[in-house]
Amino acid sequence: MIRPTEPEALMILIPAYNEGGSIRRVVNEARKLVPGVPILVIDDCSMDDTRTEAMTAGADVISVPYHLGLGGCVQAGYRYAYDAGFHYVIRIDGDGQHDPKFIPVLFDKLRESRVQMVIGSRYLNGKVPATSFARGVGIWFFRQVLRLILDKEVHDPTSGFVGVSRQALEVFARSFPLEYPEIEALVVLQRRQFRFQEVPVVMRPRMAGQSTITAVRSFYYVLHVLLGVVVNILKYEGKRRKV
Amino acid sequence: MDRLLNIVAGLSILLIGMVFFAIRRAHIRVEYSVSWLSAALVMLILSQWQWALLQFAQFLGVNNAPFALLLIILSLFVIVFFRFSVIISDLKDANIALTQKLAIIEYQLQHVQEKHPPTDPS
Repeated sequence: MIRPTEPEALMILIPAYNEGGSIRRVVNEARKLVPGVPILVIDDCSMDDTRTEAMTAGADVISVPYHLGLGGCVQAGYRYAYDAGFHYVIRIDGDGQHDPKFIPVLFDKLRESRVQMVIGSRYLNGKVPATSFARGVGIWFFRQVLRLILDKEVHDPTSGFVGVSRQALEVFARSFPLEYPEIEALVVLQRRQFRFQEVPVVMRPRMAGQSTITAVRSFYYVLHVLLGVVVNILKYEGKRRKV
Repeated sequence: MDRLLNIVAGLSILLIGMVFFAIRRAHIRVEYSVSWLSAALVMLILSQWQWALLQFAQFLGVNNAPFALLLIILSLFVIVFFRFSVIISDLKDANIALTQKLAIIEYQLQHVQEKHPPTDPS
């Protein structure tokens, strides 16, 4: 069972759903590049061998009994990390898009800057990454929306390559957006007057599997996230039941 | 108009019957049946008490009493559906939190059992 072994311990969190084709390589890479850092995979009730593959590679695995979706899955990891006493959590995807060699970059920025969240941005390294037209439009749209709300530019608002500090962990362990959580999470942080920074990273193509965000779903994504952002701005947390 | 009002009354009685039957069979909890019973009672009263219906129609500025009745029924159902959306959202939140906690406890338990395997009582 993973536990923090030092005062400001880091945990790597990998939410995974049907990532049997890539999870072993992702865990192996992470173990090689950041040795000694505990890796927790949250298996979101995968129908393939994600759990076995992750365990074979040496990760600890928490398997949720039914499919929660990305947000619920990430929140389970945050909950565990917070309760276990970890100080920092860096989340990478199980499909191999997030290169673990950037984990130390995010970690150093988290510690040095003392911000509550660090985002690995694919748009800060001078290269324009290849994304679909629909995704490109979506990212541009949300950049404008977030600039209005946060009063700050977010270059890669849909990046899931993020590191959070214990303060943000405490908030996210209690309340975290369920579907497409990245953008809404920024609004949640802003409401707490928490700060975030972006660091340049290079993202790779998926090692296996297909993205769940298809062209049709992109439209739903934009509507859903936009509504989620508005709701998060208006949300009254005071009377919410603590579960 | 009378036929429409009688149909509404019939449907209200049917709804009340269905709700009582569901309570008896424990298919619906009493606290959640109250919304449906209230809606059915309002429909029944307004369909059989024409004076009240006309007052309502006048209040709403509608000349046609059956139209006012349909408007009231629609509003009642929108309120009931909204109430159930709130209940479902609450249940989903609780369900997710429980699922996460269960998964974490299961993970911790596995590790405890690996460390201290259960001994054979024989």
